Amino acid sequence: KIKKNRWVKKKKKSHNILLTLTGLWPGCTLLFWLWSNPKGYNIGVRLIEDFLARSSIGRCQDFRETADVIAKVAFKMYLGVTPSVTNWSPAGDEFSLILENNPLVDFVELPDNHSTLVYSNLLCGVLRGALEMVQMAVDVKFSQDTLRGDNVTEIRMKFIKRIEENLPAGDDSQHITCTHLCTL
Amino acid sequence: MTVHNLYIFDRNGSCLYYNEWNRKKQAGISKDEEFKLMYGMLFSIRSFVSKMSPLDMKEGFLSFQTSKYRLHYYETPSGLRFVMNTDLSVPNARETLQHIYSNLYVEYIVKNPVCVLGQSLDSELFSSRLDAYIRALPYYSPRAA
Repeated sequence: KIKKNRWVKKKKKSHNILLTLTGLWPGCTLLFWLWSNPKGYNIGVRLIEDFLARSSIGRCQDFRETADVIAKVAFKMYLGVTPSVTNWSPAGDEFSLILENNPLVDFVELPDNHSTLVYSNLLCGVLRGALEMVQMAVDVKFSQDTLRGDNVTEIRMKFIKRIEENLPAGDDSQHITCTHLCTL
Repeated sequence: MTVHNLYIFDRNGSCLYYNEWNRKKQAGISKDEEFKLMYGMLFSIRSFVSKMSPLDMKEGFLSFQTSKYRLHYYETPSGLRFVMNTDLSVPNARETLQHIYSNLYVEYIVKNPVCVLGQSLDSELFSSRLDAYIRALPYYSPRAA
């Protein structure tokens, strides 16, 4: 019974933190409670626009530059922390973000019956959704989590492929362009 | 000095928004066809420009001009495309289009949970703020030069 009360108390505190973080996103506060990848994805596809508008950063040249921008600019801007970028794979398509402290879980403790919950899985969805909007397909997962007893929080990001831009399906716009230009 | 019209396209080629302020001549085709033509032309010209560039390119296609008007183009890394036609007295509208993206689109569309991304923008707040912004531009006047 006592444990249950403690969990509720901690929930309230983290709710305040999350409200602060999500100050600009009125409808999204609720989303933080639905901690699954799809919900994070929906946040990510919008967050990227806010990020691009505020940081005025252009396209990254390669995945290394992307990693630096995510760690030094994006994380700093939205969570106030700067993870370190390490453990690059030899092919340069995979890296880790190491967080000493994860601000999303500052006031959170996992109850026993949810000890395997990946509470911050939301972050993975956010990163995946945001990067997809800038033509990058990535796989994001937590390999270490302080909430589950590890020393640090480690997010592993893997580049899968570049998403090519397509012409709209159906009528071929290029075809229309040529046809119209020819009749002028 | 004037702004003729503005198109906003998303990364899939759908026209999210169109408005005109001072357009004396229509294209003679339906609006749908016009949007497809505009997007198709931009798609072609962007790949042409990068293919034929004699140097390494950073920004790519920026604008073109005719004897009567200039078309300005701005694309965000997220694939959102802003196209504005002005008369020839406006050399560079990049900052204007960037402002429309950062301060109008992101503030009133992206941050509005009710607005569905990828569909026609139907936020009245966005339309009225955009209209007010265009009319307040230093190079805007109700009549073309």
